[in-house]
Amino acid sequence: MKLTNRAKQIDNSPMTVAERLYIPAIATGLGITIKHFFKKKATINYPEEQRPFSSIFRGLHVLKRDEQGRERCTACGLCAVACPAEAISMTAAERKPGEEKLYREEKYAAVYEINMLRCIFCGLCEEACPKAAIFLQPDKIAPAFVDREQVIFGKDRLVEKMDDRATTGIQKYTGVKS
Amino acid sequence: MDPLIVNALIILSIFGITLLIATYSTWAERKVAGYIQDRLGPNRAGWGGLMQPLADAGKMFFKEDFIPAHANKWLFIFGPSLAMLTACMASAVIPFGDSFIVGENIVLVQAIEVNIGILYVFGVVSLGVYGLMIGGWASNNKFSLLGAVRAASQNISYELAMGLSIIAIILMSGSLSLRTIVEGQHGGNWNILYQPLGFIIFLTCAFAECNRTPFDLPECETELIGGYHTEYSSMKLGFYLFAEYINMFASSAVTACLFFGGFNYPGMDAVQNQLISSLGEATGHNIATAIGIAVMFAKILFGIFFFMWVRWTLPRFRYDQLMNLGWKGLIPAAILNVILTGAGILLEMRWLSWVAVLIVIAIAVIQASASQKKELRAQRA
Ligand code: SF4
Ligand code: SF4
Repeated sequence: MKLTNRAKQIDNSPMTVAERLYIPAIATGLGITIKHFFKKKATINYPEEQRPFSSIFRGLHVLKRDEQGRERCTACGLCAVACPAEAISMTAAERKPGEEKLYREEKYAAVYEINMLRCIFCGLCEEACPKAAIFLQPDKIAPAFVDREQVIFGKDRLVEKMDDRATTGIQKYTGVKS
Repeated sequence: MDPLIVNALIILSIFGITLLIATYSTWAERKVAGYIQDRLGPNRAGWGGLMQPLADAGKMFFKEDFIPAHANKWLFIFGPSLAMLTACMASAVIPFGDSFIVGENIVLVQAIEVNIGILYVFGVVSLGVYGLMIGGWASNNKFSLLGAVRAASQNISYELAMGLSIIAIILMSGSLSLRTIVEGQHGGNWNILYQPLGFIIFLTCAFAECNRTPFDLPECETELIGGYHTEYSSMKLGFYLFAEYINMFASSAVTACLFFGGFNYPGMDAVQNQLISSLGEATGHNIATAIGIAVMFAKILFGIFFFMWVRWTLPRFRYDQLMNLGWKGLIPAAILNVILTGAGILLEMRWLSWVAVLIVIAIAVIQASASQKKELRAQRA
């Protein structure tokens, strides 16, 4: 199978005098390297310059609220079922009267945890969620950690703040702006 | 001023410049490597990475200085010192410029003017191999020893061809003094024009003598871990690596003197006359000399760049190929060159050594047209 058109046929026949002089070959080689000397460099100076994320990049999870600030998640568990790495676990609770401002449905996740050590950022939780609640943000890398205590992300780190709403692909699914 | 003090100043400044250029060669090497490989090279420490050599030196000083238990302690220390010493000594006889007129005295821009200059260079360079040899031996490590043996045999083999290629130059200039050789090339009569074959042989040998790629077998890490400096750490390793850069500087300078006219440049007489007539005898001469020094250093720096350019182009030789090239290729070619040059001087035809080049080209063309390489089948469909 031919993968590229750059494959070169190997030639084991004895070299001619011209080839054994090496000088033409060396000159060609020097020409090639000096051409690269003046080429544009591929390097990106990381902290100062940053490459834009790919449009399909899947980063850190976010649990969305709706337009009125209510948590969207209804603790149905579909994301946990869909997760191939079994990274998601949750405990459901019933919404009490007076909490309508906090949770969108009658049931909500009292505890919602993602184990970032297990997560493979496949995005299946996002696909599975019927409530457009969980998303993998296209512009945030999951933070690094040095300690196993830090790898379980609870609601405190996942649920978005109303004054700092996550930009996600939510419109793609719901048509809702945020 | 006392001529002794002036001389001491010149020696010190040549020494300082040698070290400075060698230091920044380490930076330049990484830059050149980066640019040739489509990346940037060091650019974090200082502007454009210019503080990188200092940072490296600082790092070298603070690394653990380790001497293996079964090594011969004094020889182990002596090895890198000798490598460094011999590397620094070679630039002493190189004429970096013409002369300065200071008051009554005429001061040559050269540390010491001896009439056996090129012999001195050869003597010092061949001492350099002791540094590597002792280092490899004292480490008491088989790989280091193999590297040292390779270094020794490589240097000895290529020194022969190098010496033979110089003989043609000495025949033409009639002197062993580097200054006389340089002055003999005055007026655009650069030796490279008369000695193309000699130049190629000399250049190849210079690469081998400096242990630079493609002749860096003494430190072939794929086969020998690190070669003669496997056991070295911290500043002792630094000395070995640094000596390589000083050697590069020295051999670029010698090449510039022998083949590229040293501080001569086209039209230098006109420039000098112009300067003397407008600025007076002493000042004019001094400024003309300064221009000559700048030209010399431009040639040296290009030489160093060429060393790096080749390093990032060619792969390493195999050891038998190296020996074949040295003994069966370069030495016969150098002898042919000496004979032709000698004949040329007898017959007063300075261009005669081009005949060797023409012969080689003719053979190559004839053979290439006679043996058409057979059409190759595709290996895989
Ligand atoms: S991205 Fe994949 S692995 Fe990570 S939590 Fe969602 S479903 Fe599980
Ligand atoms: S995030 Fe979505 S799928 Fe997961 S429990 Fe909440 S509503 Fe269900």
